[in-house]
Amino acid sequence: MQPDLSSYLFIGAVLFVCGVICMATKRNAIGVLMGVELVLNGANVNFVAFSKYTALGLDGQVFSLFVIVLAAAEAAVALAIVLNFYNNHLTVDVDRGNKLKG
Amino acid sequence: MSWFFTIFALAACLGAVAVVISQSVVRMAFWLVVSLGSVAGLFFLADADFIGAAQLLIYVGGTLVLLVFGIMLTASGPYMKIPASPAETVVAGLIGLMFLFMVFSTINDVDWNGSKDRIMAASGQTEKPAGFDDGSEGNTLRPLGFALLGVRPDVKDGAGYLLPFEIASVHLLVVLIGAAYLARAKRRQDVA
Amino acid sequence: MIYTLAANSLSKALEGQSVPLYGELTEGNALVVAAIIHAVLIFHVFALCPFFLIWLERKGSGRIQDRLGPTRVGGRFGWLQSLADGIKLIQKEDLCPPVADAMLFRSAPYIVCLASFAAFVVLPFSHNWVAVSADCGLFLLLAILSLEVFGIIMAGYSSGSKWSLFGGMREAAQMVSYEIPLAICALIPIVSAGSLNLGEIGDMQSGHLGNWFLFHDPFTFVAFFVFFVVLTAGCKRAPFDLAEAESELVGGFHTEYSGMRWSFFFMGEYASMFALCGVAAILFLGGWHTGIPGLDGFLQTARAKGAATGEFNTLGYLANVIGAGVFVSKAAFGVFVQIWLRWTLPRLRIDQVMITCLKYLVPISCFLFLGATVWPLLFMFGMGQTTIHPEPLGNRAAASWPAEADATESDWSASTIPDEQLPSDSAPLEVESPAGQHAVSANKNVELQVRNDSSERTALAASSEVRQ
Repeated sequence: MQPDLSSYLFIGAVLFVCGVICMATKRNAIGVLMGVELVLNGANVNFVAFSKYTALGLDGQVFSLFVIVLAAAEAAVALAIVLNFYNNHLTVDVDRGNKLKG
Repeated sequence: MSWFFTIFALAACLGAVAVVISQSVVRMAFWLVVSLGSVAGLFFLADADFIGAAQLLIYVGGTLVLLVFGIMLTASGPYMKIPASPAETVVAGLIGLMFLFMVFSTINDVDWNGSKDRIMAASGQTEKPAGFDDGSEGNTLRPLGFALLGVRPDVKDGAGYLLPFEIASVHLLVVLIGAAYLARAKRRQDVA
Repeated sequence: MIYTLAANSLSKALEGQSVPLYGELTEGNALVVAAIIHAVLIFHVFALCPFFLIWLERKGSGRIQDRLGPTRVGGRFGWLQSLADGIKLIQKEDLCPPVADAMLFRSAPYIVCLASFAAFVVLPFSHNWVAVSADCGLFLLLAILSLEVFGIIMAGYSSGSKWSLFGGMREAAQMVSYEIPLAICALIPIVSAGSLNLGEIGDMQSGHLGNWFLFHDPFTFVAFFVFFVVLTAGCKRAPFDLAEAESELVGGFHTEYSGMRWSFFFMGEYASMFALCGVAAILFLGGWHTGIPGLDGFLQTARAKGAATGEFNTLGYLANVIGAGVFVSKAAFGVFVQIWLRWTLPRLRIDQVMITCLKYLVPISCFLFLGATVWPLLFMFGMGQTTIHPEPLGNRAAASWPAEADATESDWSASTIPDEQLPSDSAPLEVESPAGQHAVSANKNVELQVRNDSSERTALAASSEVRQ
């Protein structure tokens, strides 16, 4: 099978859905973060595939570059928040962050 | 070519599935490395050499090491596991599979080649952008560098990305300071 | 595929040959066979590096401590000591502690080995002697080497031992910090070279000693020493070997490992030491060039002529062998200096290691980077030229071996890549310069173009670009 646009899109879809399930089911805050990374990577695969196989050209690659950079920044901030959460609750279980619940 | 593609595609998808299935956070990180590394391989195959290298350097070498570092800092015991309830898992899995089915059927239904021709006809482009369609090009380093400096030699009257580039750099600086501020050690608040 | 593969020339020779029991080789199969041959060649480099370097380490440490080191195995100097060690390690039992996370524990050494082996793929040994000549070669190499850390952290975490965990933690913290000055210092010669392709950077420094990036300007001179310190820390060598500090952490991340898996960590470590010292040699020390004025130009001309013919050329091949020898000895000398440092300096504390990086090395490398970018501008406004030398670097290098330039001129203009028109698109450079300096900036544009042309000539004379 020669790779074509839809095969790349399938991979992107699988990564995206895995990331969403990961975000929904993991109770570990860092596991949730990993889900976010998977979702962003699914989007990146699509960008690069469109840049190769359609008239999008170089713009797709520039977009995925920005996505990678912003994902790194997002991970740094989210990790800082997780560490703060851990300092306050002594756990990284996101279900325990229910102080504001009415 | 297609062999490489198959291997990388399988590794990326199976790695992602393994991230969802595994319970230990460190194993999740390991499978995430497998998955993201294979995605970098897919980028190389899609003629995006710089993006692939950036993916390896920033994601696998940077972000994931940071995540594992976070895991070690927040572990309250060896091989800490926080299992999700089975009902949640089943519901999430079902919704995920339905969503996957929807996306797959959409991808199958769209006539990508036809839409490309229509877009090109609508935008008045007579020829495809040089070099990025036939798979003969791979050295994207210089075009990318020029695009980030605001020059687009590959597109007629194309706009560059100088402003987004600057915004991203300021954003990174803000994030650097913000993350250091958020994660700083608080000595006054002792939580029992 | 998209990059200039060394395997392409070999696969052309193999194509159409008939193989017993199989039949005639098609184009795709010939490429696979050629790629396997090259992979095996690189694997030998990867495997023989530790073999020699571990012997060197033992011998060197012995001499520094006023001992003899190995003397028995394989003759007077103990040449085969590493082989004996290897045989011993293979025979040992492969243990996995019951509390360890077995899957991660077993796979961690392979990650380390894989990462440092893959780094050799983009490392050139001589003119055109590189497995994959990618345009983002240096970036790719640093990216691949950064994967090695992950294996070490995995090993530390999954061992289920507190010593290993401490080692892994320290390694993670150290690596994340030291990657920053490493990348910035690597960028400093890149700014002068205008290319990330390691082969092009090496070719640019042909001619004489003054063409080495070490002597390019004062900032690159200082940057080399900063780079060397940072790469010593990056290979977790003493005095920065906190991840395996024997006196406090037993063995650090590899405390629980035994036998072959343990030795995989060391193969990876020595191979990545060699690879990083090779990068330092290419970036600063002239790569495969001897630095002797007459000899260098002759050798480089022979190499380029050999590459331009596209067939086997004895003189060019011999010149390449000499170049590879020069390159390997430069890299091995770098490793020797690391060994020397290891047995001379005491180990730092972890907080001192972090302070060294974040408070000193990062600001120093940022300052050097700024200086290296401002330096040519100062010269340009003061003297109307970009360096001390009247000619830019690419020109000087090309002037010493002009013979093949004309031969390939028509060749490369035929294969039009869109970015080759870029240097002539000089509008943005002129917009930014003040009106009074117009003449100077125009001069700079011309120079830039000339330089870019010559570097492209270098790259394209280097090899026939084959794409599939």
